[in-house]
Amino acid sequence: FPGLADVSISQDIPVEGEITVPVESHSPDEDYPTLDEPVKDTIMRDLKAVGKKFVHVMYPRKSSALLRDWDLWGPLMLCVSLALMLQGGSADSRDDGGPQFAEVFVIIWFGAVVITLNSKLLGGTISFFQSLCVLGYCVMPLTVAMLVCRLVLLAGAGTISFIIRLIVVGAMFTWSTLASTAFLVDSQPPNRKALVVYPIFLFYFVISWMILTFTPQ
Amino acid sequence: MATADDLKFQEFDDAANLLAANPDATTISIDEPVEIPKNQHSRLQETGREEDDELLGTDDSDKTELLAGQKKSAPFWTFEYYQTFFDVDTYQVLDRIKGSVFPVPGKNFVRLYIRSNPDLYGPFWICATLVFTIAVSGNLSNFFIHLGKPTYHYVPEFRKVSIAATTIYAYAWLVPLALWGFLMWRNSKVMNIVSYSFLEIVCVYGYSLFIYIPTAILWIIPQKVVRWVLMVFSLCLSGSVLVMTFWPAVRDDNRRIAVATVATILLLHALLAVGCLAYFFDAPELDISAPVIPAPIIPAHNGTTVITKSH
Repeated sequence: FPGLADVSISQDIPVEGEITVPVESHSPDEDYPTLDEPVKDTIMRDLKAVGKKFVHVMYPRKSSALLRDWDLWGPLMLCVSLALMLQGGSADSRDDGGPQFAEVFVIIWFGAVVITLNSKLLGGTISFFQSLCVLGYCVMPLTVAMLVCRLVLLAGAGTISFIIRLIVVGAMFTWSTLASTAFLVDSQPPNRKALVVYPIFLFYFVISWMILTFTPQ
Repeated sequence: MATADDLKFQEFDDAANLLAANPDATTISIDEPVEIPKNQHSRLQETGREEDDELLGTDDSDKTELLAGQKKSAPFWTFEYYQTFFDVDTYQVLDRIKGSVFPVPGKNFVRLYIRSNPDLYGPFWICATLVFTIAVSGNLSNFFIHLGKPTYHYVPEFRKVSIAATTIYAYAWLVPLALWGFLMWRNSKVMNIVSYSFLEIVCVYGYSLFIYIPTAILWIIPQKVVRWVLMVFSLCLSGSVLVMTFWPAVRDDNRRIAVATVATILLLHALLAVGCLAYFFDAPELDISAPVIPAPIIPAHNGTTVITKSH
């Protein structure tokens, strides 16, 4: 090669270095470490994720945790505890009593699925499970309301306790609806936001009604 | 569907670039295909472009007719097919509800409001709201009626929700199915000018049920006269919407069949209202006779139990 005859690498320019690829540490989804870790760590990690989402529901603001890293453990725990607390109502053997455990379960999950389908059919861009996750987590204020109602009913079942329960359930219903609307409404087309918010309002209204009309034996 | 739209959109971009590059070569062929994809793009994808929505809102009669045939072209197993049934904006749903509550004499609800864009949002959520409104109002009204009595213990009566749901959804979906089948059968015998698709009939029935929602709330008032006045009023309003919709569809037919059809529609509608009132709302008793009635019953009750025990 004639042109390269006088090209030489001078000795005083060191050509050296390191070729390293920085190892990106992803979120802990690598198979190696999580397989060997103690069970307590696994459970605590999931519980912390669920707890973080609870905090995001309590103070609703833009949260990618609730939307991006969705999980359905939190909604399941809330649904089961709400359904359990709604048991033991009056007239549970006749047809006129409150909702059974299975009925509460079906209403919450079937209602959430129908609302998600509705928002997707209207042109929403949120994914199916993200929407289920948000709707399920926003049941949390109502579960707290149910707890408070049961405690108030332990003290008595008169008019004053009814007024307290009404105020608590009303406040929690407003909180639930506003929280879930804050998360879900941005992904909807702008002319249809009211069409998406109304079923959410109806959903939490039905759950609030079930909580408010709970009467112990 | 998305790939077809992407192609059209890219053509628009390429045409613009080509136009900028060769102004004299391709001007003529570009103008036509630009406009139609623009309307289709805004119609089929709900991106919320304000100017396109306004264009379709004010000048929508011929454009919706043009695009109606192109709307439901997705195969029925895709999600996009069902999205075409929810292609309504908030103001359209509110207009349709307003049209069902204030019927304009002589104007057809379907032609005026639905205009080849039937939606399933209205019927489904109006029925859901009606189910829960009737159940909750019935429960509240029973609570207020029986409030003073010492033997009364409040029960939430949750079973009635499932009964209400079955009744109302069956009415709102099976009756339109039967009516549609009947109209199709008559259309094969007598050439009618006006014919409706199944979804349009479901739409009319769904929106006509809206008036019952405030009626059910007002039925909490425990006065028989008030309840019956409300019932007749709401029956007149929603019945007139149904009559004005379906009379043009049957009036070319045999006179007796036309009248019988419209009468059946009204009868079923009235039956629904009366049945809901009777089942979910207890009869309001007069306050005067309430403390008096239990007294004479008790000795008779004891008498009957003695008699039965001896058998």
